[in-house]
Amino acid sequence: MLKALNIDPGKCTGCLQCELACSFENEGVFNPSKSRIKVFNFHDQGRFVPYTCTQCDEAWCMHACPVDAIALNKLTGAKEVNDNLCVGCKVCTIACPFGTVNYNSATGKVIKCDLCGGDPECAKACPTEAITFVDADWTGLDKMRKWAARTDAGQQAAH
Amino acid sequence: MAWAKRILRVDLTKGTCTHEPLNMDWAQRYLGQRGLATKYLMEEIDPKVDPLDPGNKLIMATGPLTGTCASTAGRYSVITKGALTGAIACSNSGGFFGNEMKNAGLDMIIFEGRAKAPVYLFIDNDDCRLEDASGYWGTSVWDTEEGIKEAHGDPQIRVASIGVAGEKGVKFACVVNDMHRAAGRSGVGTVMGSKNLKAVAIRGTKGVSVDDMPRFLKAAAAGKKVLAENAVTGQGLPAYGTQVLMNVINETGALPTRNHRDIQFEGASKISAEAMAEPRESDGKPNLVRNAACFGCTIACGRVSTVDRTHYTVAERPQYQVASGGLEYEAAWALGAATGVDDLDALTFANFVCNEQGIDPISFGATLGAAMELFEDGVITAKDTGGIEVKFGSAKALTDLAELTGRGEGFGAEIGLGSKLLCEKYGKPELSMSVKGQEFPAYDSRGIQGMGLTYATSNRGACHLRSYTVASEILGIPEKTDPLVTDGKAGLVKAFQDATAAVDSAGICVFTTFAWTLEDIAPQIDAACEGDWSVEKLLEVGERVWNLERQFNLAAGFTGKDDTLPKRLLKDAAKTGPAKGLTNGLEKMLPEYYQLRGWSKDGVPTNETVSRLGM
Repeated sequence: MLKALNIDPGKCTGCLQCELACSFENEGVFNPSKSRIKVFNFHDQGRFVPYTCTQCDEAWCMHACPVDAIALNKLTGAKEVNDNLCVGCKVCTIACPFGTVNYNSATGKVIKCDLCGGDPECAKACPTEAITFVDADWTGLDKMRKWAARTDAGQQAAH
Repeated sequence: MAWAKRILRVDLTKGTCTHEPLNMDWAQRYLGQRGLATKYLMEEIDPKVDPLDPGNKLIMATGPLTGTCASTAGRYSVITKGALTGAIACSNSGGFFGNEMKNAGLDMIIFEGRAKAPVYLFIDNDDCRLEDASGYWGTSVWDTEEGIKEAHGDPQIRVASIGVAGEKGVKFACVVNDMHRAAGRSGVGTVMGSKNLKAVAIRGTKGVSVDDMPRFLKAAAAGKKVLAENAVTGQGLPAYGTQVLMNVINETGALPTRNHRDIQFEGASKISAEAMAEPRESDGKPNLVRNAACFGCTIACGRVSTVDRTHYTVAERPQYQVASGGLEYEAAWALGAATGVDDLDALTFANFVCNEQGIDPISFGATLGAAMELFEDGVITAKDTGGIEVKFGSAKALTDLAELTGRGEGFGAEIGLGSKLLCEKYGKPELSMSVKGQEFPAYDSRGIQGMGLTYATSNRGACHLRSYTVASEILGIPEKTDPLVTDGKAGLVKAFQDATAAVDSAGICVFTTFAWTLEDIAPQIDAACEGDWSVEKLLEVGERVWNLERQFNLAAGFTGKDDTLPKRLLKDAAKTGPAKGLTNGLEKMLPEYYQLRGWSKDGVPTNETVSRLGM
C-alpha cells in the first residue's frame, strides 16, 4: 500500500516538533531552518499550517531537473534528490508550483521531503496527529468518517 | 554540546559586540539560563548598583536543553537587577526566540553600559551588530517586531523587544518576544529601556546538538509520553489553559479580589476558561480561537483569543479585531478579580495592550487594584487621575489605564510606578499588596498557606513561579497537603524552590512539572550534557542557585526583615470561603524554613551552608 503524508491544520499547535524531527533525520542536528517541512503561523487568524512536498505524480521538479538528480522511489512514491547528481542549479525550485523544494547554501544542493524512506519522522513526532502517514488512496477517510457521523445525526435526533 | 559554549558580550556604551567562550566550570555548577546567568551577574556587577544605572547589566540566557527536541525546550530568560524590586530578577519566556538564539550559537548575550541613542542588536549567526533603532523608538512591540522583519526582508527573524512602557521607565515593563510571549516580571524591560536597547533580532541556522544523541532521543521521547498521559499536561492545560484554575481557586477561597480585600470574586465564572469557550451573542464565536504551543512544547497551554468585534474597545479599531495572545490565568486574575472587573472582552483587550506595549499584566492589574482602593477611600480623586473614575469594577478604567500605562502617559505614568511607590506616594504604603516591591500573583496566602512563605522568601519578590505549592496544596501534585495549615510547608516550599531553580536553569518550562519529577528530567539533561546529571546533582544545583540569588539580594541591601507579607494578609482574616477567619501564618513557617535552608535566624546563609554548596 502506497502511503502519503496527510495534514490536518486544525490540529496543529505550532510546536515545531515536526521541524525538529525532520532536521534531525536529515542533518543530524536539531535545526528547524533546515527542515523540509515548515509550519506557518497565520498569527492574526490564530491558524498554524504545516506544509511540505506532496510528492506529485508528474512532479514538476523531477521533469525540470537537467541532470536527472530527482527520481521516483517506487516503493515510497517519494521524489528523491540524489546529492551525487544535483548540481545546485535550482531549476527545480523555480519549477515547483508549491515552493517545497529549496536550495541549501551550506551544501550547494537542493533539499525536499523524501518521506524518510517510507517512515516519516515528522508524522511520528507530531503530538496532536496534525501530520499523519496514511493510505495514499484514502487520505480523506477520516474527514469522510467525521462528516458521515454528522450526516446521520439529524436522523438519529428525529427518531 | 547542548551548551553552545559561547556567549556574546555587547558593550552598548562603546558599541561593540564580542564573542567569548562560556565558562564551563560555572556551567557544571549552575547548569544554564537562570542559574548560570545569575552567577555571571553576581561576578560582574555591584549588587548595590541602581537598576537603571549603566553599571547594571542585562543578560539574555538559554539553557542547555534550549533548542533540542525535549518537550518545551525553547525557553530563555532575562536576568538583571530588577527595576521594580531592586532584587535579583530572572524572567522566563517561551515562544521561539530562545531557540533562535541557541541556533545562532549563543548560550547568553550580556548587555552592559548604555547606548547614546536607541539601538537594536541584530544577529545573523556569527554576524552581530548594533543598528540604529531611532525609527522604532516610540513604537509598540508589535510594530517593532514587524518593522525589523520587514527592514531585513526576512520573516523568519525572531525578535524580542520593549514597547513604549520600557522606554518611558514604567517599572514593570516586560521584554516581549514573538508578539505575545514575555519575560514578564520585575521590570526587566525597564532595565532594557534604560540602556537605550529597543530590541534584539536574531536569525540562527547553525543547529543544536547534544552529548549522547541516541540516549537523549529515548529520554526525550519517554518524557513526552509522560506529559501526554498526564491528566493536567495531556488534557487540562491544552483544553483550558492555565485558566482552568479560575473557578477552582475561587471555590478554594484563595482568589484575591479587589486588592485582597476579599478572597472570592463573584464575577469569577464570567472571566474563566469556561466563559472563554462559550459562543458570544454578536457572532456566535467564542473568545477562544484555539490553543497554541511555544517552541517544542507538546503541552500547548497557550491561548489564542479575539475580542468581540462589537465591544467598545475595538469596535472602531480594526487593528484589534484579530486573533492574538489570549488570557492566561494570572493575567485574567490581575486584570479581572484584582480590579473587580468581570467583562471578559475588556480583560482580553487589556491583555492585548499589555503585550503590545510590553507591560506585566500581573503588576499592572494589581497596581490598578491598589489605585482603585486609594480612589474609593478618597485618598486620590478624579483630579489625580485625569478625570478617570478609578473605581472597582470599572471596565473603562481598566482599558483606558492599560493604554495610558502602556504609553507611560497621564495617570498611567503613576500606575507605572508599581503599587509600592504609588501607595507610598499617597501615604498609604500598607495598601501595596507586594513583597520586595513586586505585586502578588493570583493566589491569596490566607487560603493557601504555603504560598505565604513562597511569596515572603521569593528572591525576585512576590511570585508564584519560584515555588508553586499550589500544585500540592490544591491540585495534589505530587501529593496533597492541606492548604489551610502551616505544618510541613517550610519543607515543601524549600523542595519546590530548589527543584524549580534547576528546571529554570535547564531551558525547559516549569509547567512540565505538573507531570514530570526530576526523575523524568534528569535523564534528559544527563544525556544532553557533559558530566553526570543525577536527580541529586540537580537538587544541589537548585539549592546553590537559590542561595546565590539570596546572596545577591543580601549584598543589594535586603535583609530577613524583607521576608514578610503586607499586614492585610497577616492581620485581616479572610471573610468568606473555606479559609474564613484565617490569616497567613508566616511567623510559624519562616523560622523553620531558615533552619532547613541552613541560614541564620536573620536569614543569612551560614558559612557551613556556603561551603557545603561549594560557593
